Amino acid sequence: MTQPIYGIMAEFDDPTSLVHAARAAYQRGYRKLDAHTPFPIEELSDALHLHKNRLPLIVLLGGICGGLTGFLLQAYVTVYQFPINIGGRPLLSWPSYIIITFELTVLFAALSSVLGLLALCGLPMPYHPVFNVPSFAMASRHKFFLCIESSDPLFEHDAVVAFLQSFDPREVSDIAH
Amino acid sequence: MADVMQSPPKQEIIAPGYTFGSVTDQIATVVLTKKTPLFWFAGFSVGLTMLLLLLASIGLLLTKGVGIWGIMIPVGWGFAITNFVWWIGIGHAGTLISAILLLLNQQWRNSINRFAEAMTLFAVACAGMFPLLHMGRPWLFYWMFPYPNTMGVQPQFRSPLVWDVFAVSTYATVSALFWFVGLIPDLATLRDRAQNRIGRTIYGMLAMGWRGSARHWSVYETATLLLAGLATPLVLSVHTVVSFDFTIAIVPGWHSTFFPPYFVAGAIYSGFAMVLVLAIPLRVAYGLQGLITDRHLENAAKIMLATGLIVAYAYILETFNAWYSGDVFEEAAIWHRMTGPYMSTYWFLISCNILAPQVLWIRKVRTTPWMLFLSSMVVLIGMWLERYVIIVSSLAQDFLPSSWGYFHATRWDWATYAGTIGLFIFLFFLFIRLLPMISIFEVRTLLPGARVKEEAKG
Repeated sequence: MTQPIYGIMAEFDDPTSLVHAARAAYQRGYRKLDAHTPFPIEELSDALHLHKNRLPLIVLLGGICGGLTGFLLQAYVTVYQFPINIGGRPLLSWPSYIIITFELTVLFAALSSVLGLLALCGLPMPYHPVFNVPSFAMASRHKFFLCIESSDPLFEHDAVVAFLQSFDPREVSDIAH
Repeated sequence: MADVMQSPPKQEIIAPGYTFGSVTDQIATVVLTKKTPLFWFAGFSVGLTMLLLLLASIGLLLTKGVGIWGIMIPVGWGFAITNFVWWIGIGHAGTLISAILLLLNQQWRNSINRFAEAMTLFAVACAGMFPLLHMGRPWLFYWMFPYPNTMGVQPQFRSPLVWDVFAVSTYATVSALFWFVGLIPDLATLRDRAQNRIGRTIYGMLAMGWRGSARHWSVYETATLLLAGLATPLVLSVHTVVSFDFTIAIVPGWHSTFFPPYFVAGAIYSGFAMVLVLAIPLRVAYGLQGLITDRHLENAAKIMLATGLIVAYAYILETFNAWYSGDVFEEAAIWHRMTGPYMSTYWFLISCNILAPQVLWIRKVRTTPWMLFLSSMVVLIGMWLERYVIIVSSLAQDFLPSSWGYFHATRWDWATYAGTIGLFIFLFFLFIRLLPMISIFEVRTLLPGARVKEEAKG
């Protein structure tokens, strides 16, 4: 069942009130909730239990791919594709491959961390309902927002509004789709 | 046991009186204002003029070839490689500030990391041009990369020059990525604050729909830490690989094992000098003394002094090693540097790099911006001379006296060098006009209001 609105958003003036409200909302059982802040807040991630993400795994895999690419590329070129006999020295001269293997490891890992970041955040995102709240432009300046989404199983319009009002926010507003 | 140990009160990094709103406005206004200050036009025109000089030099280079430069066997590397190493070195401070100081939790970096990273990018752009131009036929640069081709040849992966291609291109890519990731939240700020449609559209597209979600911030923080962790060994490796260009050759004066740390220290030394040269006028011009405080300058000066001492140690060790090796050619190489045709350059470099920076021990110099500015200029000159002496004097007099030579820089050598300084100034002025030169969201985290007050649990 689709809800008539995306969710309900409360606006706060300082990070302490936001963290307090977010912690209470999580404890009350809301799970489809998000906060919007002008800078990262460690305590907020604690309150919303956001400390685990898959980015380190993605970067590790990217790095392993890069390392293998670097080493195998050089081994293939120097042993099979374009072997040069220099005074009978071994063709598979692995110590001289270390630098490029390292560089490609870093390159692939860095690329996968940026692409992984975008993928996990779902960016680029041309449209999002939270921007329909007029004061939301201040989320990138000095205001702190807590949003409880209507897709949450515990969502009930009036109860959520009353709950958010109890934290003395500056404003509570509905978010249109 | 309340009074057993009290940590000293934490010093604020940012001047008092700032709020989330006022830092945002002050930094964003520089970009979003319609009025461009006069000094911006002045600086930009200097950059543009010198950039035109660069284009003229490159035009002539492509028409006539590298013969317009003073390079002549035995000195085949001359200005081009000197400038390459100098510029790459300058870039290193940006990565050091953005990555290593982040991992070390040095929060004062937050107000200087953005423009220091921009400096890195532009310095790498300037550096990257020189090996390309030095190739003689720059349009065939892609021959340096391994790709299937009808000629049936491949790059020599055992050569430090090929390592350098990979190291520098990786460094440029990772620096650009790191810089862009750092910009995303600030681009969202500009998008939300831009007054006109063009600004909103362009910053909006670049911000990619960033909305400061807590879920995003938590991934974002992980990504920044991982990128910093990747950039740290990378930045140390890049100048190490640059130094391999020299140490793996057997030319006396080049072939030694302490070059990698020596080059990395020198790189950070000159890089911090460039950070100071940029920060001191910038903060005066835009009234940013409350964000880039005297404490920032003093910290940068201390790093400069520390790396300068490492460089001084390297010069002493270089001389000692030449003597201790008992190798007649090594001894001669150092002796020629000190007393030969390049002796004036050598002693000038020693005064710039070792003697002059000792004034940084005095607190008064570290806290007086104009003195620090002059001191940094001296270091930049000194570091350029260092690379010049290492490259030119070693090549000019190597083994057989019958093949010795002497390098004379031509006016086109100087024009190309000055031209890249112009390119750097040009890009930097564009950057401060079009993008926030201080990381807004990271400065917000430094404000006293950003701390979440602990409340009773539950």
